[in-house]
Amino acid sequence: MATLRDIKKRIKAVQNTQKITKAMKMVSASKLRKVQNRMLDLRPYADKMQDVLMSLAKGADREAHPLLAFRPRKTVEVLVITSDRGLCGAFNTNILKAAQKCIDGFKKDGFEVSISTVGKKARDYFKRRGVASRNSWTGISGSVSFTNAQEIANNIKENFINETIDEVTVVYNAFKSMVAQTVTVAQLLPLAPVDEGKEGTVSESTVADFIYEPSMEAIFDRLIPRNVDIQIYRALLESSASEEAARMSAMENATQSCSEMVSTLTLQFNKARQASITGELMDIVGGVEALKG
Amino acid sequence: MAEKLKLDIVTPYGHVFTDEVDEIVAAGSEGEFGVLPEHVPFLTTLKVGMLTYKKGSETGYFFISGGYSEVGPDNVTILADSAERSDSIDVERAKAAMKRAEERLKQAEKFDQARATSALERAIARIQVAEKR
Repeated sequence: MATLRDIKKRIKAVQNTQKITKAMKMVSASKLRKVQNRMLDLRPYADKMQDVLMSLAKGADREAHPLLAFRPRKTVEVLVITSDRGLCGAFNTNILKAAQKCIDGFKKDGFEVSISTVGKKARDYFKRRGVASRNSWTGISGSVSFTNAQEIANNIKENFINETIDEVTVVYNAFKSMVAQTVTVAQLLPLAPVDEGKEGTVSESTVADFIYEPSMEAIFDRLIPRNVDIQIYRALLESSASEEAARMSAMENATQSCSEMVSTLTLQFNKARQASITGELMDIVGGVEALKG
Repeated sequence: MAEKLKLDIVTPYGHVFTDEVDEIVAAGSEGEFGVLPEHVPFLTTLKVGMLTYKKGSETGYFFISGGYSEVGPDNVTILADSAERSDSIDVERAKAAMKRAEERLKQAEKFDQARATSALERAIARIQVAEKR
């Protein structure tokens, strides 16, 4: 049986851990608030932009811009967005599982898969499995900026245009609520044909030819690349907000587990203390009896 | 037949405005254009300038610093780089920015002229919009 001192030591250790998890939860909460605001601000813009492009892409000629091109798919790019740091529950595991499934699916269909990663967790995952990633970015998840997004977007656009890759899919955690993140697998390029279900947002008449000013080319040249930047920026922000939320709830759970552990250990400690007192009393009584004899 | 236009102004920093309005006038890159309900589908880039909307007897003014505008038969979506309502413009700041830009334009060799010109443009447009309130 553990001695009194051992138990006391363990209680102390657990209490120290609890202090750390509590602090980490607070840090995540404040980080979350910041990034969540930015994400919520960007969302309507990103959604509208996607809507506009969808309705454009339906009417427009696919040859009109290199980023619109539907080529026979040979190489499919998967961009996996994870965090740099752990201790955030199943956040990264979920993403990597979904990414792996997506990659396996493409491979089964006979496509080449090229992988780009954001975040140390994804980079390490593929490195461990001996899969080469085309590109990896780290050090972003804690401080997402539009410049980060542009850097990634430019790389993807360039590779798409010079036909190194023919399709781009992004896998990231979308922020749903403080306690829920949804793994999202979205096709980024070429602009996917609108799903049947989402038809409602675009009325029939908008499919008709647009009047473009100054010209279709000029607008496409600016709007389509910008949309890629924005959509990646959005994915990064969503992922970052999800990460902090996931960490918050993971740390909350850890803090609670610590409390439970402390109370079980305290119970054990008291039992042991009582047992040792009883033992000592028995010794004394035994000694007294012996002297009397 | 749509009788109202749904005007949405969104920027990367948030949803600025959404309402049903009667008429919109905005500064397109090829000149000012007006939109009434049942407009043909129309897509244009916007330059730095003013956006005006009318709703009944009410008129609203916005400063728009470039972006895109998508016009449908019953909706107008403005994807602006940034947008400010006339009453939320900081006139003092705009005036200071104008002065600074003008000074920089005078020292051609020291500052980026293209940037100074567009800064000046933005400041002037801001002041114009602010005066409309």
